[in-house]
Amino acid sequence: MSPRIAYIAANTFREAVRDRVLYNLIAFTLLLSGAAIFVGQISIDIERLVVINLGLTAVSLFGVVIAIFIGIGLVSKEIEKRTLYTVLSRPVRRWEFIVGKFFGLAGTLVVNTFFMAIGVFGALLYVTHKFSKPDALILVALYFIILEFLVICSLALLFSSFSSPLLSAVFAFSLFVIGSFADDLRGFAGMAHGLTRWVATGAAYLVPNFSALNVISAVAHQQPMSSQLILQNTLYALFYSAMALSGAVLIFERRNLK
Amino acid sequence: MKTARQRTTIIAAASLAISMAACILLLRHIDRLRPQASIEDVLYINSPKTIKRASLGFDGLMACIYWTRTVQYFGHRHFDYAHTYNELAPLLEITTTLDPHLLPAYQFGASFLAPKPPGGAGQPERAIQLMEYGIQNNPDNWQLYYNLGFVYYTELKDYRKASEVFERGSNVPNAHPFMKILAAQMAMHAGDFTTARMLWSATYETAREATIRQNAVEHLRAIQVDEDVTHLEALFTEFNQRNGRPPASMAELVAAAHLKGIPVDPDGDAYKLTPDGRVLVETPDDFPFITKGLPPGYKPGPPKFHSHS
Repeated sequence: MSPRIAYIAANTFREAVRDRVLYNLIAFTLLLSGAAIFVGQISIDIERLVVINLGLTAVSLFGVVIAIFIGIGLVSKEIEKRTLYTVLSRPVRRWEFIVGKFFGLAGTLVVNTFFMAIGVFGALLYVTHKFSKPDALILVALYFIILEFLVICSLALLFSSFSSPLLSAVFAFSLFVIGSFADDLRGFAGMAHGLTRWVATGAAYLVPNFSALNVISAVAHQQPMSSQLILQNTLYALFYSAMALSGAVLIFERRNLK
Repeated sequence: MKTARQRTTIIAAASLAISMAACILLLRHIDRLRPQASIEDVLYINSPKTIKRASLGFDGLMACIYWTRTVQYFGHRHFDYAHTYNELAPLLEITTTLDPHLLPAYQFGASFLAPKPPGGAGQPERAIQLMEYGIQNNPDNWQLYYNLGFVYYTELKDYRKASEVFERGSNVPNAHPFMKILAAQMAMHAGDFTTARMLWSATYETAREATIRQNAVEHLRAIQVDEDVTHLEALFTEFNQRNGRPPASMAELVAAAHLKGIPVDPDGDAYKLTPDGRVLVETPDDFPFITKGLPPGYKPGPPKFHSHS
C-alpha cells in the first residue's frame, strides 16, 4: 500500500472514531449482548443460542448501519466541505483517495467488530461459565461478518462517488436487503424461462450474496465450517469489493469536481 | 441568584420527570382496562415461510425470539389454568421452520402440546407431527425418538407405536443403551408400573433442565402411589375372599398380609382404608399425577411441585 493511501486511510479511521454515533452504536451493541442474557432467563434451554444469535446479529446489523451511514458520506462530505480540493491539489491521485477511504472505513469496522466480539464472548462466558472448543466457530462467523462489511463499504463508496448521501444510503441498504435474498433470487431464476430467466440470473449474480456469508445460525448449532467455504467466501468478498471499488474509481476519475 | 437558563433547566427537568411518571401510571391503568386475551392470542404473521423471509437471514435469532414467545405463551396460559392453547401449535411451527435444529423447541414443545388440558394443549397428534419434523431435520438425535415414543406411550397409550419409535431411536449412532431396553419392555409389558418407572427414571437421568427433572420426580412419586394403592386394594380383596368379611382396619389388613408396618405414601403419610375397600392418600394435592387413591369426587388443583428430589 502506498504511503498516500495509508495516510488517507488513517485519517478516515481517525475521523470515524471521532464520530460520536460510532461510540453510541458500540455501547448499544454491548447492551444488546446484555439483553441476550435476560432473554435467556425468560426462555428454556437456549441461553447459549440466544447469546450467539443475538450477539452476532447485533454485530452484523450495527456494522452494516455504520458501514452505510459513514460510507455514503466519505466522498460527498469531502466535496461539501471542500477539503477534497486540498487533498487532490497535493500529489494524490483520485483512485488513491477512494482506496484510502475504503481501507480507513474497513479498518474502523474491524476495530469496531473486535470490541463487539469481546462483548459477545463476555456474554457467552457469563451464560456458559466456560468456553468450549466449538465456540471457536464464532470467530469464523465474525470473520464472515467482516467480509460482509468489506462488500458493503465498497458499495457505499461506489454510490457515494456519484450520488447524494440520501440516495446512496437508499441504494446501499436496498442492495443489502436484496443481497440477503440472493439465494431466493437464484431459485426464482431457475424457475423462470426465456428472457426473464436471463435477466433474473444476471441480477442474481450481480447483487452481492450476503446469505452465503451469514453462518450465524449454523455456528450457534456448532455445525463445522469447511475450510473450502472459508476460502471461497474470502475470495468472493475480496473480488466483489474489488469490483465495486473499481466502479467507484472509474466514476470518480471521470467526475467533474468543478 | 439563579439565571434564566438555570430556571429553564430546572423546570424542563421537573416537567420531564412528572410527564414520565404520568405516562407510566396511565399505561398501567390502560393495561387494566384492556382485555388480556386479545393481546396474548394474536399472531400478526401466521406464515412461517413469510417470517423466515422477513428475517433477512437472521432466522436463528428470530427462532430464539419465537421460542421465548412460545414459552411465555404456554407459561401464562398454564398459570391461568387455561383449557385452550390456540396459538401454541402455530408458534411452535414458526419456531421450528425458522430454525429446524432448535432441539428444545421439539423436546419441550411436544410436552406442552401433548398432555390433556390444563396440563397441556391436548393435541398429541400435533406433538407427533412436531417430533417427526424434528427427527426429519435432526435424524442423528436419539433423544427426539425418545420424546416421540414418550408421547405415544403416555398420551395415546399406543404401545406398539411407542415400541417402534424406541426401536428406531436405538439404531441411531450413540443412542443411549436404554432405548433398546425400552423398545423391548414396551413391546412386552407396556402397561406395567416397571415400564412407567423405567421411562420416568430415564427422563430424570437424561434431562438437563431442573423443571423437567422435577416433573419426572413427581411422576415417579405418582407411580409409587398408584402401585401401592393397587397392591393394597388387591390385598383387601384377597382378605375379603378368604375371611368372608372386609378387614376392620388398615392395621388388621397389615397384620394379615404380614406387612412390615402401616404402609405410607412417598411423603410418609399413612394410606387410609375405607370400609368399601378403597385405599386413599392423605393429601391428594401433593401428588398431581396419581390415578389411584383419590377420594370420590376429587377435583385436582393446580399442580404443586416439591422441592425435594
